[in-house]
Amino acid sequence: MALKAELINEKTSWQDLTEGLQIHEPATSKLFETGEWRTSTPVWEKEKCKQCLLCVPYCPDTCILVTEGKRDDFDYAHCKGCGICVKACPFGAITMKEGE
Amino acid sequence: MAIKERMSGNEAVAHAIKQINPDVMPAFPITPSTEIPQFVSTMIANGEIDTEFIPVESEHSSMSAAIGASAAGARTLTATSSCGLALMWEVLYVAASNRLPIMMEVVNRALSGPININAEHSDSMGARDSGWIQIYAENNQEVYDNTLQAYRIAEHRSVKLPVMICQDGFITSHAVENITLLEDEPVKKFVGSYEPEHYLLKEDEAMAVGPYAISGYCMEAKRAQAQAMINAKEVILQVAKEFEELSGRSYGFFEEYCLEDAEYAIVAIGSVCGTIKETIDKLRAKGCRVGLLKVRVFRPFPGEEMAAALKNCKAIAIMDRCEGYNATGGPLGAELTAALYRTKATAETVNIIYGLSGRDVKVSDVEEVYEKLERLAQGDNCFGEYPYIGLRSNN
Repeated sequence: MALKAELINEKTSWQDLTEGLQIHEPATSKLFETGEWRTSTPVWEKEKCKQCLLCVPYCPDTCILVTEGKRDDFDYAHCKGCGICVKACPFGAITMKEGE
Repeated sequence: MAIKERMSGNEAVAHAIKQINPDVMPAFPITPSTEIPQFVSTMIANGEIDTEFIPVESEHSSMSAAIGASAAGARTLTATSSCGLALMWEVLYVAASNRLPIMMEVVNRALSGPININAEHSDSMGARDSGWIQIYAENNQEVYDNTLQAYRIAEHRSVKLPVMICQDGFITSHAVENITLLEDEPVKKFVGSYEPEHYLLKEDEAMAVGPYAISGYCMEAKRAQAQAMINAKEVILQVAKEFEELSGRSYGFFEEYCLEDAEYAIVAIGSVCGTIKETIDKLRAKGCRVGLLKVRVFRPFPGEEMAAALKNCKAIAIMDRCEGYNATGGPLGAELTAALYRTKATAETVNIIYGLSGRDVKVSDVEEVYEKLERLAQGDNCFGEYPYIGLRSNN
């Protein structure tokens, strides 16, 4: 019996996967924690941040979430550490550190 | 009421397609399958069917377009031969692994080289492990009947795999024979409408097809796909049974011709079986216990069933219209010999290559095979190493 995406993991048997690994529900990328891929990590310095939100659309993985017009810290469960946000920030409010 | 007609194999296939009226047909011409998309586009131009025809720039594109159309939810088909099939290689596997029930009419022709346009099974045999069901025909009637059964098998809930409907280039595709057609309405009722559970254009469901699978999932996905091929066996027989009720014509994994009491048997695929049957009739009149196992379904491979049907034979010639270039013979030879071993069969076997690139096989050739089988059963390895028939040779 094909399981819902949230119930599928590396212990799931072959009988319980969907046919052809088709995905029949939206937004399942949330379940896939690409943060594990990171070898260097962006660090947000809140005091330097002007909340211009330029970093937000630059993030390829939607890891800078905005609530009530203001960004919050990174979604490290999905951030791959590409570093694009560092380049996008005009105020030097994001720096990269080695490692996770 | 059955309709008596005379048609070439390609015409018979086109007539079946007209009766099915599928949704989408992307295709690129290649001899000897070119006529099939030609006939279909004529029918579309004449308003006889409303299939969407997609002219493409290559066979890689025709199979890719077929995959897109099928994933979108359309009943889809294409047709090809030889190098056209080879150019689809990459995407054949994608169609099967995405579990898309596409039908492909394969008019078997030699792969290059030397470049040649005539009948050989090297094209579809090369694709035998691509995950497609493969059903072969001896004549025009069979390729018509197999086409009508194709979607019922491919679209079945427990299968959902693409299917190749194969016939021999020119020998059946272009030769006109008598044929008995079914009326349109019973065919439409038999084939039914295509109602997939999941498809990309389904309004109320988000869907992704063909996602990347890391090592943690890929092996499980492949095992599940293998199960679909195993499941296809039962479905093929069930659909054949229903088709027999409709048409009076009986089909299975293979046809047994004078096999029940045969001591010497030939196993072969396709149009050559007509010549073999003719030879059997001639030899049976003289009291020789000779028979034929004509393979219809090659994928899934009915090895166990074939071995059971051959269990009383003393010697078996397995004939391949395809060179395996593996220094031992052809693909049917390799797989059937393995199946016989697994059932602990004691018959002598020989794998013979025949009919490459359209080389004719005569009744006298087949007679010689049966004569040699009798000697082989007595311990005389008269076939020699690496047997071919109809070959000019210095030894």
